[in-house]
Amino acid sequence: MMDQNIKREIMIDHYSKPMNKGLVEDKGYRMIHNASDSCIDDITVGMLAEDGIIKDVRFDGVGCTICTSSTDIMCSLVKGKSFNEARIILDNYYRMIEEKPFDEELLDEANAFDTLYKQANRIKCGTIGINAIRDLINEYEKQ
Amino acid sequence: MLDVMKIREDFPILSNSDVCYFDSGATSLKPKAVIDAVTNFYTGYTANIHRGDYDTSVYVSNKYEETRNKVRNFINAQYAREIVFTAGATASLNMIAYGFGIDKLKKGDVILLTKLEHASSILPWYRVAEKTGAVIRFIPLNDDGSFDLKKYEECFKQNDVKIVCLSFVSNVLGYVNPIKEICAIAHKYGAIVNVDGAQAVPHIKVDVQDLDVDLLSFSAHKMCGPSGLGILYGKLSILDSMDPYMYGGGANARFDSCGNILLKKTPAKFEAGTPNVEGVLGLGAAIDYLQGIGMEAIASYEHQLCGYLIEELKKLPNVEIYNPNGETSVVAFNIKGIFAQDAAAYFNRRKIAVRTGNHCAKILVDIIGVNETIRASLAFYNTREEVDHFISVIKETTLEKCVEAVL
Repeated sequence: MMDQNIKREIMIDHYSKPMNKGLVEDKGYRMIHNASDSCIDDITVGMLAEDGIIKDVRFDGVGCTICTSSTDIMCSLVKGKSFNEARIILDNYYRMIEEKPFDEELLDEANAFDTLYKQANRIKCGTIGINAIRDLINEYEKQ
Repeated sequence: MLDVMKIREDFPILSNSDVCYFDSGATSLKPKAVIDAVTNFYTGYTANIHRGDYDTSVYVSNKYEETRNKVRNFINAQYAREIVFTAGATASLNMIAYGFGIDKLKKGDVILLTKLEHASSILPWYRVAEKTGAVIRFIPLNDDGSFDLKKYEECFKQNDVKIVCLSFVSNVLGYVNPIKEICAIAHKYGAIVNVDGAQAVPHIKVDVQDLDVDLLSFSAHKMCGPSGLGILYGKLSILDSMDPYMYGGGANARFDSCGNILLKKTPAKFEAGTPNVEGVLGLGAAIDYLQGIGMEAIASYEHQLCGYLIEELKKLPNVEIYNPNGETSVVAFNIKGIFAQDAAAYFNRRKIAVRTGNHCAKILVDIIGVNETIRASLAFYNTREEVDHFISVIKETTLEKCVEAVL
């Protein structure tokens, strides 16, 4: 379990100064738009991948602290990874959100969301951007 | 002046919970009299209406029709027949769009709306426009979202407006639109006015004859009544000319195998199927309850309490208010630098219930310039002490605390 103060700092940091926010004008990027149907969260994720490796993944849009920080953290986590590696990270993230056993090592700063399962109405905030990343990998692999 | 502490004793939920409930714009709390009226139907006299040849059915049918008359009296309609029970304000508004809009509008006819409207008041008309070729035009509002009668009248210059659809009170900004003048202008140009009264009828005295409004929709659950019940008021001549959008039992007088249908008269023709009987009985109790306190007393108390909240909010440098001149019991605001839903998560932890988001008014962003707000909507059972608690919580709200609320 991560210390509460560290979790808070991680979330505020990635919310106030996201590292992967802002999309780039590049036709090579695949885009997925994902919006919550019950709140304002509205995120577009763009991914650039080559030979099964995620070269870049970025996002833009409007979101609360959880939505913005979880998306930003996951972008950093999967960047440079192969689709398979990324998928294992995503699976562990979903396991954490569903209160199932997961590998903390793989999730690094995303461990900040290890008690999000307690906030039923905010789980959607913590999965909007993540779902988009998952779907982008699926799209690439379908190619 | 109403005695709020005595009123609070009428609401069982207020003695079972220590939450400051500031979301009455979404749904109101229910007094015991309403809860009893609903459960008495189940424990004392369950029966369908208008068809049984036995005492309880007759009894319930009478109570059902008595409530229709209570609604008539509550909004001062001329005839009880002008009151139709529906599944909710949204159902009422759709009934008008389908029964009047799709049936009577033609290509090029203009439907006037405002950008403040709730989805339930806009989307049915988008559909009508698509199906009929009628055109949607938005009434220009003042910069703060308030109504300007002059700009409104200019919308009629081409004599092509057939119907004006707007809310009496905006569900986000709380402005009271000048419905009487709006109706007079529309009538001068041969248009009718369809008013969404969901946020008005529970909070201010509404007199449909004085307003000369043509159609008015509202929901029982926002006025201390049960969920799943709405009311459609319409001038008899308009309702008589409208097609029901649902057909079925209870709405027809007779039909034959050749496909001929003889519909019952208004309002029965609009009430096909077994209606929400217990809901209607609960609404009757809600109206008795509200009238017992008095709508003038309710309006004045809520306006004062909301005024107090706005004044206190204005003192806080970290708060931006979007409707400082709100006239009813709704305040829309944000805490600077904090996403509305994050603030609400902290409020929730501090036992304050508010709503955040765009409140179903998704094109309001064009007017207030922000996508999401915190909306506190008060009612006559809220107290000054609750407002004080709210203010003290807002004062100490920081991004750190909001994030902590989800850890």
